[in-house]
Amino acid sequence: MKMIVAYVRHEAFDPIRQELLDAGFPSLTITEVKGSGRQKGLTEHYRGSAIALNLRPKVKLECVVESHDAKVVMETILRHARTGSVGDGKIFVLPVEDAVRIRTGESGEKVLQAHEAEEIPA
Amino acid sequence: MIRRAMRAGVPLGLLAALALPALALAKGDGDSLGAYDKGALVETTLINTLWVLVAAVLVLFMQAGFAMLEIGFSRQKNAGSGVAKILTNLSIAALAYWSVGFALAFGVDDSVSGLFGTDGFFLQDYEDAVPSEALAEAGVVNGDPRAAFPVMGLSDASIEAKWLFQFAFCAVSLAIVWGTTLERIKYMAYVAYAVVFSAIIYPVGSHWVFGGGWLQESVGMQDFAGSTAVHLIGATGALAALLLLGPRKNKFGPDRKARAIPGHSMPLVGLGTIILFIGWFGFNAGSTFNVEDLRFAEVAVVTLLGGAGGVIGAFVATTVFQKTIDIGMVANGMIGGLVAITAPSGYVESWSAPIIGLVAGVIVVAGVLAIEKRLDDPVGALSAHGLAGVWGTLSCGIFTSPRLAQYNAFGEESGGLWYSGSFAQLGHQALGVVVVFTFVLVLSLATFALIKATIGLRVEDEAEDAGLDIVEHGMYGYPEQFIPLPEIGAASHGPAAPGGFGNGAAAPEPAGSHAMSAKGATA
Repeated sequence: MKMIVAYVRHEAFDPIRQELLDAGFPSLTITEVKGSGRQKGLTEHYRGSAIALNLRPKVKLECVVESHDAKVVMETILRHARTGSVGDGKIFVLPVEDAVRIRTGESGEKVLQAHEAEEIPA
Repeated sequence: MIRRAMRAGVPLGLLAALALPALALAKGDGDSLGAYDKGALVETTLINTLWVLVAAVLVLFMQAGFAMLEIGFSRQKNAGSGVAKILTNLSIAALAYWSVGFALAFGVDDSVSGLFGTDGFFLQDYEDAVPSEALAEAGVVNGDPRAAFPVMGLSDASIEAKWLFQFAFCAVSLAIVWGTTLERIKYMAYVAYAVVFSAIIYPVGSHWVFGGGWLQESVGMQDFAGSTAVHLIGATGALAALLLLGPRKNKFGPDRKARAIPGHSMPLVGLGTIILFIGWFGFNAGSTFNVEDLRFAEVAVVTLLGGAGGVIGAFVATTVFQKTIDIGMVANGMIGGLVAITAPSGYVESWSAPIIGLVAGVIVVAGVLAIEKRLDDPVGALSAHGLAGVWGTLSCGIFTSPRLAQYNAFGEESGGLWYSGSFAQLGHQALGVVVVFTFVLVLSLATFALIKATIGLRVEDEAEDAGLDIVEHGMYGYPEQFIPLPEIGAASHGPAAPGGFGNGAAAPEPAGSHAMSAKGATA
């Protein structure tokens, strides 16, 4: 199992989400974060004084998939998050030791698989 | 605990001392019921009283405007403090102005050469007031409140309505003081200064300018509704506070350059500004004290045009100077235009109002940009109420029309520079500004120095980091912004000291954390 952690621009999130859904990866978590990289900060002005904004907002996307699926997810993220400018973000891939579905207590790779549509209560 | 009790004791004791004579004096309120029974109340009294009372309530509504403006210009961690402050200040001012202030400001002046009023404390004790010749001609008899508060005596509105109106002015002036002190001043410092300000500083200063004192009667200064008497006095108090208080932490870097500390809500700033704008129609148009000759509606139009000029002037100035349209500056421009038109509102024709406002708008923006380099005035009070107040007062010396100078019967009959070609009125105005500024600055510096030496003026560094809400009030104005949702209403105990906020225990988090316990850093 692999955990994919990606830091992307806000506007990249929705197409990534759509394509992952279509490809059968509905489970993910996002967090709105601020960070710095090679992208330059902005200088704003308020009542005549300057304020430098060096920590830029990004969306942090986390998703755990079976190892052989990691490449598909990474490619999806790359396709939509890349604009070619500095500030597109990063993708990290981490090994995952185990996974447990809290509702049933079952563990292992099978908890990562999406339910069939008829199994999901409305 | 003892130290806290003593801190609270000083100003509360002052208030109690003010209230005691009231018990001895308590007696029937006026004689309006008697007059009604005799059928002696005339229609003009009724309609004028109604207008003055409506205007008073409009001016009282401005407290909401000041509260929202200041809260919007504060950071979230200080948002709640402004609410408690505005209510406390308003209430202290009510007692102090009722017991002492109003008599000093508007009572019959038997002091030496128009320094302060000497009659009418607690709105009582004027049974033997003798009307002046002019008032006697208007039918005012001995013991009539119109004889006791002569500068408003030509209006037959009831004295209670006039008192409420003038009290609302005092409360506005006091509210202006705190604009420069946001996010770092101790709560008890407000309380102490509010007593001195609304019992002595504001009443004496405003007596000179528009209460029948020496600047008005002997010098001939014109200030219809208080560009100097209300706004400059408030802003001067604000300057005194700021000089002894210093800037907010990290406002100026090691390079001594000002850093931006953006206020948390421009929508609240906008709401506050518009509430002030609405209140201003009571402020200026109510200063006519009567509706019979319809002057009040003309004053209202002049007021609107001044405020509009202020916004346009500030909008142009911020675009030129800052290459952007700074939201707070546009709001400051409206306040500046209104402040400037306050003194001339009863003295100028409507054509000059937009000019006065426009100039004020430019002055306000240039003023904020200049002041920002050296002083930390988060809301721009020094510029919007101080500089614009000075300009508005001086503008009478230029734009006062002869017709209205004679109507109001203060100052040069030939009007301002534009009409008369004479600098005489401008000279009176300038003298008035210098005198009032000096008087209020000296007295306020002395008062704040005394507060600093006794109860202290400024919160500790750690308290400033944590915010006044949690340190002085035990809870945030916006709790959900600072306390994780799962912890609100939760039963579980963490490592925090028992008792929760406000118990004076050591802070569980490192200093500077928003979650620091109330008073933890200061106790």
